Amino acid sequence: MANAESKSSIILAGQAPEEATPGCWSCGTMRAAHFCSACGKVQPPKPVDYFTFFGFPRKLDLDTAVLEKEFYALSRRLHPDVFGRANDQERAWSLEQSSMLNDAYRTLKDPIKRSEYLLRLEGIELEEQSKQATEKARATGELKKQVVPPDLLEEVFELNLHLEELRMQKKMGEDDPALLEEIGKAKLSLEEKHDALVNELKTEWKEWDESEDESTRRKALDKMLDVLNRRNYIRNLLRDVNEAME
Amino acid sequence: MSSDLIVGIDLGTTNSLVAYMQGDSPVVIPGADGLSLVPSVVALDEDSQVIVGNAARRYLIETPERAVYSIKRLMGRGLEDIQEELKLFPFQLADDLNEGEVLRIKIGDRTYTPPEISGLILRQLKRNAERFFGAPVTQAVITVPAYFNDAQRQASKDAGRIAGLNVLRLVNEPTAASLAYGLDKKKNGIVAVYDLGGGTFDISILKLHDGIFEVIATNGDTHLGGDDIDNLLIAIAVDDIRGDLGLDLRKGARHNSESVARIRQAVIEAKIALSLQPTAKLDVELPDGKKYQREVSREMFEQMIQPIIDRTVGPCKQALKDAGLKPEQIDEVVLVGGSTRIPKVRRLVQDLFGRVPHTDLNPDEVVALGAAVQANILGGGSEMTQDMLLLDVTPLSLGIEVAGGVTDKIILRNSTVPASATQYYTTQVDGQTNVAIHVLQGERELARDCRSLARFDLKGIPPMVAGLPRIEVRFLIDANGILRVSAREQRSGQEAEIDVKPTYGLTDEQVENMLLESYDYAEEDFRQRQVIEARQEADTILTVLAKEKKNQAWRELTSEERGSIEALEKSLLDVGRGDDYHAIRAGIDALNQSTMHFAELMMETVVSATLKGKSMDDTGIEEGPQSGHPVAKADFE
Repeated sequence: MANAESKSSIILAGQAPEEATPGCWSCGTMRAAHFCSACGKVQPPKPVDYFTFFGFPRKLDLDTAVLEKEFYALSRRLHPDVFGRANDQERAWSLEQSSMLNDAYRTLKDPIKRSEYLLRLEGIELEEQSKQATEKARATGELKKQVVPPDLLEEVFELNLHLEELRMQKKMGEDDPALLEEIGKAKLSLEEKHDALVNELKTEWKEWDESEDESTRRKALDKMLDVLNRRNYIRNLLRDVNEAME
Repeated sequence: MSSDLIVGIDLGTTNSLVAYMQGDSPVVIPGADGLSLVPSVVALDEDSQVIVGNAARRYLIETPERAVYSIKRLMGRGLEDIQEELKLFPFQLADDLNEGEVLRIKIGDRTYTPPEISGLILRQLKRNAERFFGAPVTQAVITVPAYFNDAQRQASKDAGRIAGLNVLRLVNEPTAASLAYGLDKKKNGIVAVYDLGGGTFDISILKLHDGIFEVIATNGDTHLGGDDIDNLLIAIAVDDIRGDLGLDLRKGARHNSESVARIRQAVIEAKIALSLQPTAKLDVELPDGKKYQREVSREMFEQMIQPIIDRTVGPCKQALKDAGLKPEQIDEVVLVGGSTRIPKVRRLVQDLFGRVPHTDLNPDEVVALGAAVQANILGGGSEMTQDMLLLDVTPLSLGIEVAGGVTDKIILRNSTVPASATQYYTTQVDGQTNVAIHVLQGERELARDCRSLARFDLKGIPPMVAGLPRIEVRFLIDANGILRVSAREQRSGQEAEIDVKPTYGLTDEQVENMLLESYDYAEEDFRQRQVIEARQEADTILTVLAKEKKNQAWRELTSEERGSIEALEKSLLDVGRGDDYHAIRAGIDALNQSTMHFAELMMETVVSATLKGKSMDDTGIEEGPQSGHPVAKADFE
């Protein structure tokens, strides 16, 4: 009776939901994403995107309180612990569904991850994650080099010099409070820029969420890409600073 | 119904417990001795019988080479990374160990892997539960340190299997403790669990919300615990003794290891006493009647252990950082593990989190009680537990080794489990049918700085031009925190066969064999013991008879009688060298029968000798039934 779903391979970001919706394996009714709406039995996971998984529209301004509530509700029904007494097949599906649930929640909960995910869904890749860059880095064994945002060039150059100096000093066991203060100031400036970028991101969210016009939305995506790239860059830099200062 | 019986087990470094949900609350199941705690000590007695728990403790001192403790420290670990452990613990390894293999420990003249030793402890707990219920127990929830890696977890699961238990779930110890706490308090909020046990330290930060126990971050150190405090104190005592008495206990003679075991016991007692008293006395007997005596004040003790306790601070700070929380945002701190009884530890926790920690729950029992709650949930839940759900995380990032010896992280630490990641591989060479993947756990950049988890060999890839196959590999960390891998070549749709070589672990086949072996062993052990006992009895009888032949009563027997006795004597001597229990038994009985007249004659000699004023010794008769005099033995049987 049941239309056995094709082997439940994990979703690939960017895959759209299937056209034809097979019936519930248990009672035959047209099924919902996770549970049959008629008999309540768990279903094999469908390769849907994370927004669809939660039943949310593909919008970036998300109420995280609502998201959490949904997450808890779905967890209570999908978690393997709840399927202790079910048959092997249902247990396997619960395992897949809950891993998808956790991945989806993790991604949508965090504003940056959410934005990056949406871009991926729309076919846009961030610099850091670009496959080419990754493969090149692996081949040469070097760390991936990110393009420095032009307006930060000077600041970055100076900061890197300071950090080098700090590392040398540490090796020698020296201590230079003036240098530390300089770096501290630079760190603060970067943190401010970081926060500003996050705010800018949220502005672009509105553009994407509220506009009907395709080209406006496209522009919003491009801007988001730029903001995210810069934010990533600054985040990496801040990480270097923190490491050097430890 | 026995199929509903699921117990919760705390398999601890120092002590283990088994518990279950009795109505509304979890309770610990006592052993036959009425005690809740089963020391995680395994020994082989003189007849190579396995002894577990309290009864095994004396062997640690009497015959340390036939006993083992704190085996949890070796679970899922390999030769290279236990070098530190070997310096501090009297573990004796098998001689023929290789890198990357599962460890084997010598106990007496047998070797066991750590999962087998843990399995013996679990078997004891299983028996305690079965005795309590009067029914078989085959399902359990077993706890592990939250910071245990994949190999350590798999070893724990293997141990359960070897003991004949179906391990339904591995639960992280701090999470289990929070279940016991949450069941008790029913409050929402952010809870930090600080778990300092005998060998491991865990810090977990959880969000409790309407029955959902969500772990946000976890961190720890799997070689940090009460044992390290003990070892430090032992080292100081040993140094003292070398200084004061010129005796170097670190040099390997047998009675030195006994002395060190005595010192260890004394040090543990003193440590425990110092939690309640301001001073404690060490008083240890050494070989040659020497004594080591020293008074330790709480102050001195706290100074000595400061560096060990301080090692818990880093993980706590990292966990807070990963959780994105400040100490002030923690609503409650729960203490778990015997070592948290130390006042200094409590003060450290109080300073770290800025609040008085919660100490209502028994730190020795709370983990087992929590495991019992989870067991109840898995069994379908009761009114108390039906709204409860555990959402735990994986403590370590999962990565793949890529070109350049670098780790590519595919699942980050503190990701809620179950968690998955998909990677795509292809072939380098035309017709290549295998792809090798090296999976690691850890936070470092370089593969060599991370823990090797396993090497997966994907086989059965349809031969194609190099670069054409698209092999989708799916990594899934299940609710136990253990990795599963599945792979499929997408163009052909072919499932790849995966050969797993666990690092420092047992293959499924090995575990299955051990399972059967441990049952066979019991049979075998019993039979062997019977043979040993019979042989001993035969020996004694033959020795006594040899002496008795010097008695004048021997000459009073007819030559026929003497002949027949001697024939049976020789026959018993022969059979006694063999393994046939029944033959030995028959030989003993026959000899006893044949010497009855002889024994009577000897008794008459005694009587008359006594009447004449001679002592029993003079008559050449052994004293009493204990010496195995054939007739006397027959009387007392």
